[in-house]
Amino acid sequence: MENEVKLISGAMVTLAIATASLVVLPYLQLRHEPPTPGLKPYTDAQLRGRHVYIREGCVYCHSQQPRDPSQAPDDKRGWGRPSVAGDYYYDSPHLLGTMRTGPDLFNIGARQPSADWQLGHLYQPRAYTPDSIMPAYPYLFEVRKQAEPGDKVVALPPRFAPTGGVVVATQAAQDLVSYLLALDRTFPVLAPLADASPASN
Amino acid sequence: MDIPSLLLSSFIIAVTGLFFFIWSLRKGLLDSDPAAAKVIFSRGEIGRVEEPAVAGATQRDLQRTMAFVAGEPDAKELQARIAADASSARPAFVLLGFAVFWLLVASLAGLTSSIKLHEPDWLTQYAWLSFGRIRTIHLNAVAYGWAPMAALGIALWMLPRLLKTTLEGARVAIGGAVLWNIGLAIGIGSIAAGITDGMEWLEIPGQVGVLFALGGAMIGLPLVFTLRRRKVEHLYVSVWYMGAALFWFPVLYIVAKLPNLHFGVEQATMNWWFGHNVLGLFYTPLSLAAVYYFLPKVIGRPIQSYNLSLIGFWCLAFFYGQVGGHHLVGGPVPEWLITLSIVQSIMMIVPVVAFSLNQHLTMRGHFAALRHSATLRFVVLGGMMYTLSSIQGSFEALRSVNTVTHFTHFTVAHAHLGLYGFVTLVMFGAIYFAMPRIVSREWPYPTLIGVHFWLVTIGFAIYFVSLTTAGVLQGLNMVDASKPFMDSVRVTLPWLAGRSVGGALMTLGHLAFAGHFLLMALGRGPRRSGAALLRPLAPTA
Repeated sequence: MENEVKLISGAMVTLAIATASLVVLPYLQLRHEPPTPGLKPYTDAQLRGRHVYIREGCVYCHSQQPRDPSQAPDDKRGWGRPSVAGDYYYDSPHLLGTMRTGPDLFNIGARQPSADWQLGHLYQPRAYTPDSIMPAYPYLFEVRKQAEPGDKVVALPPRFAPTGGVVVATQAAQDLVSYLLALDRTFPVLAPLADASPASN
Repeated sequence: MDIPSLLLSSFIIAVTGLFFFIWSLRKGLLDSDPAAAKVIFSRGEIGRVEEPAVAGATQRDLQRTMAFVAGEPDAKELQARIAADASSARPAFVLLGFAVFWLLVASLAGLTSSIKLHEPDWLTQYAWLSFGRIRTIHLNAVAYGWAPMAALGIALWMLPRLLKTTLEGARVAIGGAVLWNIGLAIGIGSIAAGITDGMEWLEIPGQVGVLFALGGAMIGLPLVFTLRRRKVEHLYVSVWYMGAALFWFPVLYIVAKLPNLHFGVEQATMNWWFGHNVLGLFYTPLSLAAVYYFLPKVIGRPIQSYNLSLIGFWCLAFFYGQVGGHHLVGGPVPEWLITLSIVQSIMMIVPVVAFSLNQHLTMRGHFAALRHSATLRFVVLGGMMYTLSSIQGSFEALRSVNTVTHFTHFTVAHAHLGLYGFVTLVMFGAIYFAMPRIVSREWPYPTLIGVHFWLVTIGFAIYFVSLTTAGVLQGLNMVDASKPFMDSVRVTLPWLAGRSVGGALMTLGHLAFAGHFLLMALGRGPRRSGAALLRPLAPTA
């Protein structure tokens, strides 16, 4: 090869093909995809909680994309129906995830709807799931001598509660839990992806 | 619209076009004159080993492993090469220095994350040390620190040699490196503080990314200008890879960071278009460029087949760009996209086999040289890891395999086979070769090179085997719905601990390497045989 112009143009053409197929075509195909009927926009608290989820890197261990039963038994684990593009209408940035060091969280709000459980589990996962390798998040909580009015006190199994004090959830912990509880996509998808738009009209 | 048949026909047309294009670049495909492969040697130099990382006696041993010695290299051409080296020495030194620094940061962050996976209550009080953040710091320190700084430093050092000219704009490149690293330091600090854009490989906030764009341009443009000053007719294989990578990366990064454009699932496909292409179209070509230069250079023989390297390059350029969708197999993305990515993942076997065959044929009969050359050991081993990780990656994309391995530690092990086994080992080899030319001084303690090699090789073997096993067991337990989810966690625990052991050995190896690098940079340690310039070797008996 003697010609650098040919080299660079050839290289850019191959990248253009890749970009067209992996970015531009999906963009065009999915741009007008409406939200799945039943999907609600996040509230302010949920959005703040979503930000905590991103900041703490939950996505590196938890996916949000149950697979089809024909491929893997995600539904039998209670993770829910296979997700469709419309389920992510309000998600930015996306949090599909690539790891299941912990379980899929696409429907954690339906599977574990107790805010007290969620808060306690964030404070010390091993209080609820022995052998869990999820990190504890003590910095999302404060240990106080006694609770003040308006404090969200975390109910913990006695063995894991600090002696001589109460565990109080910070705003960040409460926001995170309200986001987790919002992860409930148990409403049905009426039709497969391609026919979703007529069904929603 | 019938998408499958549309895809199939466009695929066939594209592949036909690709091979026609490759053919058009070659004046007579069966022409066996490999003049273009010999461009890295000066007249009379073929048959002569070059290995600045080892001293006189070992050099002679190395030379003896080769079948023959040619005449004396052309003195004028050697002078030109010395001038080329002198022009790139400073910026290459700065980039490699930054690279070594980030290697240490990344090692410590990686080891910490690894330990946290089996000791989840360790150091939980500090937010910046929590798994989700320190793991991300590890990834970004490798992805934007060690790997690009080392690869660009080596590219910048190789290019004037390959074009037989001097580097243009060395100072601009140094300025660019400083800007880039300021950006990276701010980016890593942001992640530690919880400020992130939230997508894997793209966590560093877009505002900081502007510094990468500026710094990257200031490092890349001198290389482009140097390309225009070339004094050789043939562009050597390494130049194709480096040239293309320098144009590919900015497009990837800028498209990925365009604000308010990407949404929902489309953002996920973009995310993995970027995530896989930054590996496939940036680190991989820059590392292959290094293999294609250092391997023939050390053993003093041109690469075996110029045509194979041509096929390898263009197939990589064509197929690799479209494989990213395999990260979303089973996900809520259009089915045609997944199919396309799986097909292209399998097609990647073509360029990989072309490269591997070429490397093997070039090395054939000269494997004894591995005993004497540190550069060769790292580069050849790295090249083999490229073959392994690519073939593994192709099969991982298949639905049946993916169902088990997706979402597990297997993927993490695979990523390390590519970015560590291949890219990092090749960069170690390249740095061992280049540094003596850059600072005009030999490595002060050759024993440390051996210590480094064995620590990282054994460490990585433990790392890879442990984590791969963990991933397979985890996946098998996860697809068996009769077992509780926690089984898929418990079964990984001993293997995750094994991974930490491997990681600790790798980190020790990096400390030895970084210490050695520092001693050399500061001019400390024994001065064994003066400046490592291109001294003619004593003829072998």
